Amino acid sequence: MEVLAYLIPIALFLGGLGLAAFYWAVKTDQFDDPEGDARRILDEEYDDKPR
Amino acid sequence: MTDAATDPYDDRDSGVSGLGVSACPACAATPAARAAAARARTAEEAGRIMLSLPEIHCAACINGVEKALDATPGVTSARVNFTLKRVTVETEPGVAPADLIGVLERAGYVAHELDASVLSMTETDKAGRDLLMRLAVAGFAAMNVMLLSVAVWSGATDATRDMFHWISAAIAIPAVVFSGRPFYVSAWGALKHGKLNMDVPITLAIVLAIGTSLYETAHSGHHAYFDAAIALTFFLLSGRYLDHRTRAAARSAAEELAALEVPRALLLEAGTPREVALAEIAPGDIVLVRPGGRMPVDGEIVSGSSELDRGLLTGETAPVFAGPGQRVSAGEVNLTGPLEVRVTAAGKDSSLHRMADLVAVAESAKNRYTSLADRAAGLYAPGVHILSALAGLGWWLYTGDLRLALNIAAAVLIITCPCALGLAVPAVTTAASGRLFRKGMLIKDGTALERLAEVDTVLFDKTGTLTLGAPQVASLDGYAAPDLALARALAEGSAHPLAQSLSEAIAGLGVAPAEVTDRREVPGYGTEAHVAGQRVRLGRGAWVGAPARDVTTTWLAVDGAAPVAFSFTDQQRAGARAAIAGLREAGLHVALVSGDTAPAVARFAADLGIEDWTAEVLPEGKAARVAALQGAGARVLFVGDGLNDTAALTAAHASISPASALDAARVASDIVLLGEDIGPVSEAVTTSRRAVKRIRENFHIATWYNVIAVPIAIAGFATPLVAALAMSASSITVSLNALRVR
Repeated sequence: MEVLAYLIPIALFLGGLGLAAFYWAVKTDQFDDPEGDARRILDEEYDDKPR
Repeated sequence: MTDAATDPYDDRDSGVSGLGVSACPACAATPAARAAAARARTAEEAGRIMLSLPEIHCAACINGVEKALDATPGVTSARVNFTLKRVTVETEPGVAPADLIGVLERAGYVAHELDASVLSMTETDKAGRDLLMRLAVAGFAAMNVMLLSVAVWSGATDATRDMFHWISAAIAIPAVVFSGRPFYVSAWGALKHGKLNMDVPITLAIVLAIGTSLYETAHSGHHAYFDAAIALTFFLLSGRYLDHRTRAAARSAAEELAALEVPRALLLEAGTPREVALAEIAPGDIVLVRPGGRMPVDGEIVSGSSELDRGLLTGETAPVFAGPGQRVSAGEVNLTGPLEVRVTAAGKDSSLHRMADLVAVAESAKNRYTSLADRAAGLYAPGVHILSALAGLGWWLYTGDLRLALNIAAAVLIITCPCALGLAVPAVTTAASGRLFRKGMLIKDGTALERLAEVDTVLFDKTGTLTLGAPQVASLDGYAAPDLALARALAEGSAHPLAQSLSEAIAGLGVAPAEVTDRREVPGYGTEAHVAGQRVRLGRGAWVGAPARDVTTTWLAVDGAAPVAFSFTDQQRAGARAAIAGLREAGLHVALVSGDTAPAVARFAADLGIEDWTAEVLPEGKAARVAALQGAGARVLFVGDGLNDTAALTAAHASISPASALDAARVASDIVLLGEDIGPVSEAVTTSRRAVKRIRENFHIATWYNVIAVPIAIAGFATPLVAALAMSASSITVSLNALRVR
C-alpha cells in the first residue's frame, strides 16, 4: 500500500496539468474560432506571424 | 429547471424568477435596440470595422479575404473568424466600411457591414468562459474523487478508508466552493426575496453532503458523500453551461441581425451630402434619400419625385407616387429618383419607434408564459425539502440518533437532486436549436420552442412573407412582338422593380430590344424615349393617360395609339406551398391576413388554397385578430415581416419572421428565418413539438429514477455507491434521450 504515497500525488499532478493546460487554452482565445483554426492549418502558405 | 430560475449569468433578475414570471422575454434583443441610438461609426473614426461574410466556406476563402484586405491601403490587420463568418479589420482613420466591402466584392466575396458596437458582447463571452472554467474544475475534481471512491466502494477499510476520505475532502471541498458559486449566488438571491428556486435544494444538498461527510470522516465513519457532492456540481454545471450556450447563441443572433442595419443618413448641408449617424439628425434638417435607399426618418418631401415601396409598412404591393409636399415615413423604400426630405421626426420620435408603443401594449402572451422547467421547479423545490425534512425527522424520532437522521436527510437530498431535471431542458433545447439552425432558423427566445409546440393556428402575412415582395409579370401571352421589343428597350436600364422584372421577362422570351433614341427616366412616372419621331412612354397609368386598375400595372403608350397594360403579381416565396401543406399536415389551421387590396389577396389565397383570408387589414386589426383568436382559446403562430405586423407578432403566442423583414419585426419575433425559403416554418413546428415531447419524456425519466431511489434513501440504504449510480445513470439517460431530437 506504500505505493499509494506516490501514485495519488502523481495522479493529482497529471490531472492538474490537464486542468492548467485547459485554463491556458481558454485564456488565450483558442476556443474563439474552432472551425477556422481547423481549416487554417490546411493552408499551404507558411504563416510568419501566427496570431 | 434552469431557465429563468437559476442562471446567475442571465441578464434577467437572477434567481427570483424561479416561481414567478420571467422579467423580460425580449431581453435577448432589447440591449441591441437600446444601443441603437448611440451607435454607428462614420469614416472619420479610426479603429475596428466588422464585416459579415455570409458565403465563405473554405480555407482558401479565409486566406483570400485576409489577403485582399491586408493589401488595401489603411488596413492595419484583418482577421477572419470562420465560426462566426465574420472578419474584423483594424484600420487607420479615414477608411470607410463601404470601401472594404468594395474591395471584397472585387475579390469575389459578398460582405455586409456589421455594427461593431452592438456586437461587443459576443466577442468575449466572459460569462460563458467563467462557466466553462468552473465546469472544468468540477470535472477534474469529480474524476479524481470518483477514482478514490472506487477504492472505498470495493472494500477499503480503517486507516486506508479514512485517508481516502480525507484526500477526497481535500480535493472536493475547494472544488465545490469554486465550481458551485453560480448555484449559491442564485439560491441566496431567491432566499433574499423570500422565494424558493431549484438552486436552494441544490445548495442545501451540497452543503449538507459536505458537512455530514466531514463529520463522518472525522469520526472514521463508513460513508462519505464527497463524490456525490462534486458529481452533482459537475452534472448541474453541464446543464447550466448548455443552457448558457443556447442563450448566448440566441442573443448573438439577435445582435447580429440588429447589427446588419447600420443607421445612417445623408445630411444635406449647403447642397452637399454628408454621411452622418442617425442620432445626429434633428427635425428641420434636410436629408437626401438615393434611389434604392430606405427612408431613415419621417418627413416631408421638399424636392424630387419618385415612387415609394411601402410594402414593409402597409403590405401594399403597388408602388405609390411621391412628389414634393408628400409625407413619408421611416422604413419606406425610395425606388427611382433622388428625394430631398425635410425631417419632421427622427430616431425615437419616428413612426418606426412609435410602432414600438403598439408592441408594448401587445406584449403579454410571452410575459405570462411559464416554461415547463419553471413549472417543474415550482413543484419540485418545495417537495424535495419537505421529503428530506420528514425523512430526517422520522428517523430522529424513531431512533433518537441525530447523526443518523442528518445522514438520511442528506442522502435524500442528494438522491432527489435534480441532475436529470437540470439536464432535461437544456440538453433538448440545445439539440433542437442546433437542428433548426442547420435548417436556417435562428431562435431568439428561450421559451420559443415550447410556445411554438403549443400553437394550433397559423396566421400568415402576405406581402414579403408568403411573397418575396418583388413583382413579377403576370403573363406575356397575347402581346404584339413590336410592343414587347419597345417595352424591353424602355424598361432596360431602369432601377425600378417593375421595369426590371418586365425587361427580364421579355428577355426570357428572346425578344430583342427595339432601337430607341433619347431614352430618359422621369422619376416617379416612368421612362420615355423616341422611336421614329414618335414619343413612347412606359410607366404609371395617369402619366400615359390610361384608366386606373385594381392590379399592379405598368403601361406602354405610343403616341396616338391606345396604351398597352402589363400587369404584375407578387412572386410567391419559395417553399410557401410546402410550408402550408406541412402545417396542415401537422393539424394546424392556416389563415392569411394582409394589408393589401382585396382582389390581390383573394387571387393569392386561391392560388395557395387558403380559404380563410382577410384583406385590407390595418396593423391594429392584425393584432386584434390575434387577440380575438387567442381569447377564443386558440394558440396563434404569426408569420410576418412588416412594420404593420409587429404588434401581431408580439401579441401572438409564437412568431416567426423572415430575415428580409424590417428590424422592428425581427425584434418582435421569436424565430428568424435566415434563408429565402419559407418552407422551414412547418419544420420548426414539428421539431418544436418533438423537442417538447422529449422534454416531457426526460421529466418522466427523472421522476421514475426518483420514485425508485427515494424509498431506498428514506429507508436508509442509500450508500454513496447507490447515490453515484442513480445520479450518473439518470443524467446519461436524459442526455441520450435529448440527442434523439437532432
